[in-house]
Amino acid sequence: MSTLLINIRYTSGNDFALTMHCELPAHGVTAIYGPSGSGKTTLLDCIAGLRHPDLGSEIRLGDTTWLSPALTLPPWQRRIGYVFQEARLFPHLDVEQNLRFGLSRSGQKAPLTYDEVADLLELTAFRSRHVDALSAGQKQRVAIARALLSAPRLLLLDEPLANLDHAASRDCLRCLQRLSQELRLPMLYVSHDIEEVSQIADHLLLLEAGRMVEQGSLLSLCSRLDTHLSREEKAAAILTATVAGHDSTFGLTKLSVEGQTLLVNRLPDAPGLQRRVRVPARDVSVCRERPGDSSILNIVGVTITEVEDTDATRLLLRLSLGSQHLLARITRKSAVELGLRTGDKVYAQVKSAALLIETVDHT
Amino acid sequence: MSLNATELDALRLTVSLAAMTTAILLVLSTPLAWWLSRRQGNVTAFIEAVVAMPLILPPTVLGFYLLLLFAPSTVVGRLWHELTGSQLAFSFSALVIGSVIYSLPFVVQPLQSAFARVPNSLLQAAATLGATPLDQFRSVVLPLTRRSFIAAASLGFAHTIGEFGVVLMIGGNIPGETQVLSIALYDSVESLRFEEAHSLAAALVVFAMVLLFFLYRVEKGGSWRIRA
Repeated sequence: MSTLLINIRYTSGNDFALTMHCELPAHGVTAIYGPSGSGKTTLLDCIAGLRHPDLGSEIRLGDTTWLSPALTLPPWQRRIGYVFQEARLFPHLDVEQNLRFGLSRSGQKAPLTYDEVADLLELTAFRSRHVDALSAGQKQRVAIARALLSAPRLLLLDEPLANLDHAASRDCLRCLQRLSQELRLPMLYVSHDIEEVSQIADHLLLLEAGRMVEQGSLLSLCSRLDTHLSREEKAAAILTATVAGHDSTFGLTKLSVEGQTLLVNRLPDAPGLQRRVRVPARDVSVCRERPGDSSILNIVGVTITEVEDTDATRLLLRLSLGSQHLLARITRKSAVELGLRTGDKVYAQVKSAALLIETVDHT
Repeated sequence: MSLNATELDALRLTVSLAAMTTAILLVLSTPLAWWLSRRQGNVTAFIEAVVAMPLILPPTVLGFYLLLLFAPSTVVGRLWHELTGSQLAFSFSALVIGSVIYSLPFVVQPLQSAFARVPNSLLQAAATLGATPLDQFRSVVLPLTRRSFIAAASLGFAHTIGEFGVVLMIGGNIPGETQVLSIALYDSVESLRFEEAHSLAAALVVFAMVLLFFLYRVEKGGSWRIRA
């Protein structure tokens, strides 16, 4: 598999520095996640060639060199698609002309035709409209389509959902998920929203204050206790589950995870399909005995593999469920009263409402 | 109110001077204004000051220095003579050069402020879509600033028509060669031919009025705004 090699140092006037030495997979969706000001956009700009890293920096995609001490390829020769936070559509052109802007300049056969892209991003209805007459969500989808039609080798997305309302952002995310499944186009997806990231990414790069903290597969990074992900209020583990069957009486779907069963609100999928399940740490509690009369449906047997102090009153537990992991945030008081220790076999209760069902896994 | 042969000559000369000056100015000002709109610093400020000088200097000052520069004894004058076989001072070519300098700020400034309104973010988007800098200029900047080109050209043209001091200093008053409308008018008044002066003056007033009216219409009618 080819990779995207990034070996850069970028310094700007106001004492900000971005230093990055890493190799990212050149397939699937890699999320670049970090707080604002951590250098996410700067990193994308350097990859696109819109900013110039210090001398000695290197960027390579597969065997194509974009930046090396001897060569700086300008943005218009890198064949990258860049979807910015704002759509940046050309105001003097209508939707169709905006889309054709990249198409006519790529000099390459786009992996999808104009009609296929318009169809995939649900643009067919307003092709001939002026860009001012579009909603924010439509604009952003036009911007994504425009980038795709320039036949890019890498798609950069800089918080593409940041300026959209909930419904528009859901539509846009659905389109992006479909793209990532149907195209063999590597994407770098910048976001500071971990829920968004866990819906689309396969690979995760954590950035903090201009430095890479960690990179790895989304599933493994999310269940670790030693990254800043686990310290966030929204910390959650992500499990891969298989649809096992449906319970039509109560409108539920049975998911099988490592031989145990989780019940979630009814899904449209056929049994056998793989699904990602996001389980927030704050919605998981533990008990010593299997509770017999709880209103909580999902109770799974787990082993405590790690205990981490997060703050004065709370602890974070890493619970193994076969080869996968759950996180549980509990109070220090409960931990002491239950005498919880690493290695203990306990029962985890998961509120079924807390299970977020997301995309089909495409790794 | 009809114009005699001398006046018709002056009119023809004025219009061709203004047309030629405007054409040269558009070619020179476009890259200059683009450069100024995308840069900041001492060098830019200095160039901007030089471009703006004709706005405050009395035209006679400019004319005086140009006259000295165009004299057959200077390098410029000699070189011109060698290349064309005629002298530069008191020629139509001298008027064109003088007018280009004199009307430069009237073309550069509207273009510069229009270019400055084109957001860099759009150019970056164009670059990532495969557009070279020249292509970005042609397919993004030019369409977005089209109206300002009309305004800049009209202002440059009108300002050249209204020129007097510079022309008088470097062109003199040779009918058919350097006698433009404003000079012909001055000439008529000097020799007390008020009838002639009236028709010339009235023609200039009407021309200025029509042109400015048209300009303001263009500006307000469809002034575009950039939305990113």
